[in-house]
Parts: sequence; C-alpha cells; structure tokens
Amino acid sequence: MAILVDEKTRIVVQGATGRQGQFHSNRMKLYGSKIVGGVTPGKGGQMMGDIPIYDTVEEVEADASIIFVPSRFMKDAALEAISLGLSPVVCITEHVPVQDAMFIIEHAKEQEVDIVGPNTPGLISPGKALLGILPPHIFKEGPIGLLSRSGTLTYEIIDEMTRNDLGQTTALGIGGDPVIGMDFISTLERFEQDKDTKAIVMIGEIGGNAEELAAEYIKEYITKPVVSYIAGKTAPPGKRMGHAGAVISGNTGTAESKIKALNAVGVPVATMPHEVPQLLKDLL
Amino acid sequence: MKLMEYEAKDIFVQYDIPTSTGYMVENVENLKAVLYKLGLPVILKAQVLVGGRGKAGGIKFAKTEDEAMEMANKILNMEIKGLPVKKLLVCTPSEIQKELYVGFVIDRNKKKMTLLASTEGGVDIEQVAATSPEKIQRVLIDPIIGIQEFQCRNVASKMGYKGKEMLSLATIIYKLGQIMQDKDAELIEINPLAITPNGFEALDAKLVIDDNSLFRQTEFKEDFKDSQEYTPIEIKAMEAGLAYVELDGDVGIIGCGAGLVMASLDVVNHYGGKPANFLDIGGGASAENMKKALEIINLKKGVKSIFINIFGGITKCDEIARGILEFDPSVPVYVRMMGTNEKEARKILNEKGYELYQSMQEAAKAAVKGV
Repeated sequence: MAILVDEKTRIVVQGATGRQGQFHSNRMKLYGSKIVGGVTPGKGGQMMGDIPIYDTVEEVEADASIIFVPSRFMKDAALEAISLGLSPVVCITEHVPVQDAMFIIEHAKEQEVDIVGPNTPGLISPGKALLGILPPHIFKEGPIGLLSRSGTLTYEIIDEMTRNDLGQTTALGIGGDPVIGMDFISTLERFEQDKDTKAIVMIGEIGGNAEELAAEYIKEYITKPVVSYIAGKTAPPGKRMGHAGAVISGNTGTAESKIKALNAVGVPVATMPHEVPQLLKDLL
Repeated sequence: MKLMEYEAKDIFVQYDIPTSTGYMVENVENLKAVLYKLGLPVILKAQVLVGGRGKAGGIKFAKTEDEAMEMANKILNMEIKGLPVKKLLVCTPSEIQKELYVGFVIDRNKKKMTLLASTEGGVDIEQVAATSPEKIQRVLIDPIIGIQEFQCRNVASKMGYKGKEMLSLATIIYKLGQIMQDKDAELIEINPLAITPNGFEALDAKLVIDDNSLFRQTEFKEDFKDSQEYTPIEIKAMEAGLAYVELDGDVGIIGCGAGLVMASLDVVNHYGGKPANFLDIGGGASAENMKKALEIINLKKGVKSIFINIFGGITKCDEIARGILEFDPSVPVYVRMMGTNEKEARKILNEKGYELYQSMQEAAKAAVKGV
C-alpha cells in the first residue's frame, strides 16, 4: 500500500504542453503512472506523444490532478480540478500568491479534496506511481514513509536510504511555502493509517512552527517510529533561505526550537542528512 | 516587499484611515517648505526598513525651525543598523491619550489571514503575546468570504469602545483588512493606533506586500531595486534569478535547492567552518546559472574557499560542470556532485584538474580545510 496515489490512480496533467509539463508528463507515464490526459485551454484535440490533450479538465476521466501552470493561473486551474472532486490536486508551481493559496486550500477543505503544495516536488509511491517531479531512479519500494518541506534535501536523504536498503511506501514533498495544503500533521495521519508504512522520516527546516505542532501530534497519535532532520541550524534571523517559508522571525522558527520539540517527544533528529538511515535502523 | 512608513501611510490615506498629517523629505532644503505647511512643533522620523528607529536616535521632536533643520541634517546622515537614512517623514505631533494595536497577519498553520487587536499598543506585539496573550484578540478570516464589518465591530466592542467610538475604530480595522486583501499583503499593522482629542490616528504604519503577487500589484514593482531590505550583492543575485543570502563567514556555498543548501551550511558549520553565504541556483539550473553564481560569490570579500553541492535530480551535473569551467574564482573550489549525468561531469572537471567528491560531508570537510 501507499498513500494518496498508486498504480490505479488516473491522473490528469494541467498545463501539460508547457516545457515542464511535457517533460514531466512523459516521465511520469514512463514510470508507470496512469496519465489519462493533459489539459491546456486552447490546445484541445492535439496529441502529445500518446497523451491526448483537452481544453478542459471536465473532459477527462481522472481521479487526481497535477498542475504545472504559471503561478498567476494556479488559482483558476486548482479550482477547476477541485470543482470536479479530483484528489489529490498537486500544485507544483512556485511563487503562487499566498492569498490564492489560502483560497484554494479553504475551498478544497470544504470539498474534501487533498491539496499538495504549492511549491512542491509532488509525491511518489515507488514501484507504483509518480505524481511529481522527483527523480524516480533513486527511490525503491519499501516500508518507510517520508515527508519533507524540501525537494533536493529529500533526494539527498532518499538516496542514502535506498543505498542502505531502506525503501519507501510513499515520499511526499509538502512544499516550501508558508501556506500549504497537506502539512506535516495531515500527512503523518495518512502514514499512521497505512499498514505497509513501518516507520516515518520527517524532514523539516527553519520557519514557522509546523515541526513543533507535528511533535505534539506525534506524541498524541503516532505509534510508528519517526526520525527527523531539520535544515537551517546556521540560518540568520529575518532572511528568507530560498524557500518563501524558510525564515526565522523573532524567536519563532529556529532549528533549535524544532529539534528540541522533536527530541522531547522521543523523535531522534539527525545532525547531518547521511545519519538518517542509521537512526532508522536503530528504531526498526 | 516591505514598504516604508510614509509609503504605507499614503495607502492609508487612500483608504480614509486617519493618520497624522506628514510629508516625506529627502534633504534639508525641502524641509523648510514642509515646516511652512505643517507649522511647529514637528516630529522627524527616519524612514528605514528596520525596527528600533527611536532607540537608535532616528525619531526626534523639534520645537523650532533651527532645531528641526539641525536634527534633520543629523538623521539624514546617520545609519540605523547598517542602513543609511535617505528619507525623513515630517509629521505634526499628536496629543496621545492612549495607544492601541491593530493588524493582520497570515497564520501559516490555520492557513488563514488573522486579525490581531490589543489595547496594549505602542509596544512590541510579540512581547504582549508572550507575556499576556489574553490581551490580544485573534479573529480568523475566511479566505473565501473575506473580512466582514461585523467582525471588526465585535473586536472594537470587546476592546471596550461603545457607540460612535466603536464604529470609527471598527471602520479603521475594516479598512486595514481591505488593504491586506486588495494589496496582497503578508502583514499590515498600526502600532500604535493612538486615541487623540481628534479621534483615532495611525501614528505608525507597517505594510509588507507578498512578492509573489507583484505581477498584479504593479504599483509596487518599481521600488524593488531601491529597497533597503537587501545588500548590493543580494540585489545582483536576485537580478540573476538566484536566491542569495549574505553571511559573515569565509566558506562560499553554492547548491541546488533551498533545503540542500541550508543543509550544506549546517554541515560546513558542523566541521568548524563559517559559511560566507547561502546561494541556491535552483532545480534544473543551466551552465549560465552556475557561472553567475560563481561570479556573485566572487564579489564578496573574504571568501577563502568555495563548496559546490549538487544533487542531480532535474539538475544535470554535466551542465553544472560546464558552468564551473566558465569562471575562475581565484580561490579553491570543492565540488560534490551526484546523480543525473554525474559521469560526464566527472570527466569534464577531472580534465581541468578539479577533484570531485561523492559525499557531502567529505566535500564540506575539504572546503573547511581549504580556507
């Protein structure tokens, strides 16, 4: 089993004919994801390789959507997918205005739709389906669920895990923005319910207090072992470290506070990324 | 993007939020005309994008013209927390009876805009939140419905105001919420909102616009380069489309992806090194991006070694390798590359005498040693 997506999930790609959309549509399909169509308004009726292109999402029989449209069109595209009840809706695009993100997420909540992102690499259930831009060759099927605020740091840690024969049920990038749909808590909840997931890796970074809230949640509701890594121990306050959400404001959002909160509920936090596999082995 | 107090107050005026009358001046020569318009006494306020202006001597009260000229001259020649003061806001002082706080922020966890209000104004609101949280009202705003007037009346009423006073306070709060929504703000704050014999008056103004909305908030676009938020090198990096943050160490750091670069800083620090910067070339970067990144690091004084950390997912290692060869930064470069097209990259760099590391720790250690 896996969370959110598997080999049966029928996927529509919104913004499929752009450079990124084309490249990743093909890669997802090659990996085995069930891509049933692409949508680009104004380009309906064409074929992109063996993927049919439509003008509207309504014309495609899909379960889930992945969106590559430019940030200014994200709100409209996401609402289109939500209006049809597709879930999850994965918003890859970076630089979506926060007001648009809040609107999308609130509407999705009312419609009981899962939003992943924005500003996310998406997710992968190794051996089953890729619904994102993660490099699939570094992943491997196995019993570990992974959730992360960062793309490349995920790849770094996944690579170490795969080399150490620690495969994954699902790996999900929750996104680097301050306001995101699926967050640590809602994703941890899914991994707790998934019976094939035996342990969880949670990768956090400076900014906000989502890791601290996740720590409280883990203490209360998560029975599976969790290990963590937190990036940004040397980040100065007040500066955005690449991700819109990665900023220490006042005393809030420091790596120190997050590590302390996680340690306090028994979650070991790796000092360096390559230590994650050993921490997992110690707990399994 | 942070706005200066006078810019935020201009927007307040457009929304009929009462503020103390004032004018912005950039030199002492223009001050005379302003004094003529405003009369005396005046308050002179340094316009900089950092807190603690008052403590730093950037806010002064002047009773006579001579005093005003002298103080203006002083403030316009000072630096506050390293930022030169280029502009002054000159205002008529208000007779303050009480100071309140009203503002809107984005609650990351609730994923909604939040109205904050307190009768404890004029002090740091985070301090109030820490010491007496019960003195702050918080109201979550539905992102689909938006701010409603009744919510503002409820807040004003709970702050202890009745009748006409309650209404005028509620109106100010409502307008503030409208600015937050209309201008795509991340934060808006009046602290203090003073009660004066003439009614409520916004004595200070804080407004931060969401950078991601600048495509539709076009009125703010041009000010970006003038901004004091960033150092000259940071602005150069932004123009090149690279995320760069200046730090005070001597190990230059370049990587792909914000999380990986943050981790690179931490690993360098772990081995006793001091990162000189954070530089993220992003996923799928080109040789040109890499070259520009090296150029930018080279602008910074005191960099003694450079650590390049690439995990090739969407990023192609050979592309990055070609970029590295296009610029010689005159200090040793330690490259860690893994992933897509790593073999080709290794060949390209080995031929030119670069040593490639496979593990992030090893490369970081070498870069620290190389200082």
